[in-house]
Amino acid sequence: MPLTLALCSIAALLCVGALAVALAQSLAASRVVYALCLGLSLILFAAAVTPRGAAALSTALPLGLPWIGAHFRLDALSAFFMAVVNLGGAAASLYAIGYGAHEKHPSRILPFFPVFLAGMNLVLLADDAFAFLVAWEFMSLSSWALVMAHHQDAENRRAGYVYLLMASFGTLALLMAFGLLAGSAGAYAFADIREAARGSPWTCGLVLALAILGAGSKAGLAPLHIWLPLAHPAAPSQVSALMSGVMTKVAVYGFIRIVFDLLGAPEFWWSMAPLTLGAITAMLGILSATIQSDLKKLLAYSTIENIGVVFVALGLALAFKSNGMALPAALAFTAALFHVFNHALFKSLLFLGAGAVQSATGERDIERLGGLIHAMPRTAFLFLGACVAISALPPLNGFVSEWLVFQAILLSPSLPQWSLKLLVPAVGVALALSAALCAGCFVRAFGVAFLGRARSLAAKTAQETDPWSLAAMSGLLALCLLAGLVPSYLIDTITPAAKLFVGGHVPTQGGIPWLSIAPIAESRSSYNGLLVFLFMAFSAFFAAWIVRVFGSTALRRGPAWDCGYPDQSPATQYTGSSFAQPIRRTLGSVAFVARDHLDMPAPGDTRPARFGVEIHDRVWEGLYAPILRAVDFCAEQLDRTHYLTIQGYLGLVFATLVALLLAIAIWP
Amino acid sequence: MIFDLAAQAAQMILVLSLAPLLLGFTRKVKARLLRRRGAPALQPYRDLLRLMRKEVVLADDASWLFRCAPYLIFAATWVAAALVPTFATGLTFSWSADLIAITALLGSARFFLALAGMDVGTSFGGIGASRETMFASLAEPAMIMIVFVVALIAGSTQLSEIAFHMLSHTELRVSYGLALIGLVIVAIAENGRIPVDNPATHLELTMVHEAMALEYSGRHLAVIELAAALKLLLYVSLIACIFAPWGLAPHGADLRAMAFGALAYVAKLAVGGFLLALFEVSTAKMRVFRVPDFLGAALMLGLLGTLLLFVSRSL
Repeated sequence: MPLTLALCSIAALLCVGALAVALAQSLAASRVVYALCLGLSLILFAAAVTPRGAAALSTALPLGLPWIGAHFRLDALSAFFMAVVNLGGAAASLYAIGYGAHEKHPSRILPFFPVFLAGMNLVLLADDAFAFLVAWEFMSLSSWALVMAHHQDAENRRAGYVYLLMASFGTLALLMAFGLLAGSAGAYAFADIREAARGSPWTCGLVLALAILGAGSKAGLAPLHIWLPLAHPAAPSQVSALMSGVMTKVAVYGFIRIVFDLLGAPEFWWSMAPLTLGAITAMLGILSATIQSDLKKLLAYSTIENIGVVFVALGLALAFKSNGMALPAALAFTAALFHVFNHALFKSLLFLGAGAVQSATGERDIERLGGLIHAMPRTAFLFLGACVAISALPPLNGFVSEWLVFQAILLSPSLPQWSLKLLVPAVGVALALSAALCAGCFVRAFGVAFLGRARSLAAKTAQETDPWSLAAMSGLLALCLLAGLVPSYLIDTITPAAKLFVGGHVPTQGGIPWLSIAPIAESRSSYNGLLVFLFMAFSAFFAAWIVRVFGSTALRRGPAWDCGYPDQSPATQYTGSSFAQPIRRTLGSVAFVARDHLDMPAPGDTRPARFGVEIHDRVWEGLYAPILRAVDFCAEQLDRTHYLTIQGYLGLVFATLVALLLAIAIWP
Repeated sequence: MIFDLAAQAAQMILVLSLAPLLLGFTRKVKARLLRRRGAPALQPYRDLLRLMRKEVVLADDASWLFRCAPYLIFAATWVAAALVPTFATGLTFSWSADLIAITALLGSARFFLALAGMDVGTSFGGIGASRETMFASLAEPAMIMIVFVVALIAGSTQLSEIAFHMLSHTELRVSYGLALIGLVIVAIAENGRIPVDNPATHLELTMVHEAMALEYSGRHLAVIELAAALKLLLYVSLIACIFAPWGLAPHGADLRAMAFGALAYVAKLAVGGFLLALFEVSTAKMRVFRVPDFLGAALMLGLLGTLLLFVSRSL
């Protein structure tokens, strides 16, 4: 029943897409389409959380290739991810009911938005390689169309181009991965792949590498992340929220489905790649985020960091699973899925907040914002909440998943392999560093954009955003708070999926007194978000009460003190770039070869002093630029063959024929 | 039950009431070591009282966040300080947050203090917030690695369990030494003591913590100062609880054991304050961009300790 409902809702989403084409010219179209998307997302969410019993639901429809059909299946993992995707989808749709009114060309977005939602849901339900890849491409192409919605901007066109290239590359990798999994018999249904005998270690390794390339490039794993900070900010904000908050999670789902489910029992060395790449991704992502001044780009880089954390947790789960340590594996897996849920919530909220700022001021550059907490107090509050959550500060939800990952790391000394024993502490340092940098990054983002004094007229005269957007953001923040205060229920929701894929599960958390969580044993570690929150609330109010009773309540407004030399000009404030300078200088000099250039004219010289920052993207320069140069070089060489004489072409045909015949003759 | 709750409440009140005294005592010792007479040890209480009774002068551009932040900072620090065992382990609510959560609670306090520094839009607030962020970006991971070392030895991240383990297994390990040095470095940096920051100066080029709190006055400043004192107390109690757990009353102990524990705790605080003052007068403040090296050393010590424990359980 839930599966049928889900498939019907997906079909309905596709119909809404078609309807949007017809309606796009009318004024109310955007509200109608987004309202329908909201309703269908909620239905899909309901279908995902409906109790199903232990067995997975599956069905086959006579679609697609005639001898395969299209198989769909709803198991614990699909259901969890479907709940995450549709929570994000519902929030983005609700937000867009209000935000969509700002759109100048709604016809470029409306048809693709529901299709994008449908594509993501279909990926989660697909139960054969063909349906999976078709749904995956649906998701990629519809999101590409949404990235290109504002194609007048040359930067957006470039983003769309890079995204399209990387998405095609990723799908190609997945196609080959499924080809290897299906084997020569061509058993493309996932059920057949699970039944099939395991390939050689080489085949498994190759499939793992292809899964990392395919799913990792969509998720934003370094060094395949370069499209992400270009494409996510280019799209309209409700779509950015979906791409960053939700689509990256679908990619994580793809990785889990292939590596934990289809590929069979893991070897320990499988975990090395996700662990290493995840740690590098986390560090690189958050360092890049810290030096960005474009608010949406900053958020996109922070998404990359969070994906790194998820992949580290998944790598730990693989390592434990391969050694038959079911409980630690379940803990790491739970941590990964918990972080997936958290990130979907707070990253969607942050992107929606950035969209509200953009529509109110027309600015994305934090250096031209400031003081928005006065002009947009509600948006500021909600954005602040998301900043606290993403910075992994108690009592909000980001801390809980961070805590679970650390607990999993603390169990890893019992791994028998030496390579893992040496790798895991290094990964732990990277995680701890990225968590600390993340807090700094969001202090900077919120502090520069929302606090202080307005740096531009647009920021000064901004208006609070519409109630629909506020409702969507408030809902997300409430969920963040809820997941932080009573994490036990969420952990219990993840448990069935963990049981399915790593063979163990953490103890049921629901029955622990006071709603605290103790993933292994209470004597080992426990955390109670609710009590910490209550204690903090009590302490804050107690302090306020004491001050009120025994102290003075007098208050006077005056100019800022600033050591006696206050300057009214907003230009005297600390900017985002100056805030990031210490980090740029300490860690950035390694990660980006960052250098400050100061051109200070000699006394008496009248030319102005200049200050510049030089930053290198080492991934682009070290990996992509050489590839591009090689492609250019080959194209240039091949270009010569376009200008041959007729004898030359005939000679070429002859040479090719001879070479092919020789190859056939030599082939055993 | 009532007794357990009372013990928990006593711990909360104990840390709150001793925090300014530790600060005053440290200042007094420091002054005596410099051959000055110094203010009496009770001076911080008088300062707090005086500040509380003064009117607040709020900058024109300050927002609601600026007015709420002191209470949030105080709340996070107080809760964190009250969760570190002082005179007894295994108090009623000791399991509600472990050492990682305590670290993160201090992170929350720092987060809001840095935001408050940026709220008025002065350059000093920004400079303080920016530098604090740089220090924290190394101090926090160093702290986490130290937590890893301690947790791997004790097999738990719960402070009560750690203290119990340390009490019952008296052994010398290399990783203990590494963790202790690392923790002391982190404690010095986090509390803005010499050589990282100078708590006694308002020389603008050097200040970090003071720069963020520069715009605060009256009761807001009092609350922030109290939170800073609590943070110092927290780190001293943390070091005492992990590396000198003697005298801690075990879970379910009677009143006498607890009273003895409290006495031992006050003695430990006095020793800690004295050592801090001694260290501060014997070294000079370092340049801001030397601090990352100092903190990097703590991070490396933590990592080394963790690696040793991954390699062998007995190191």
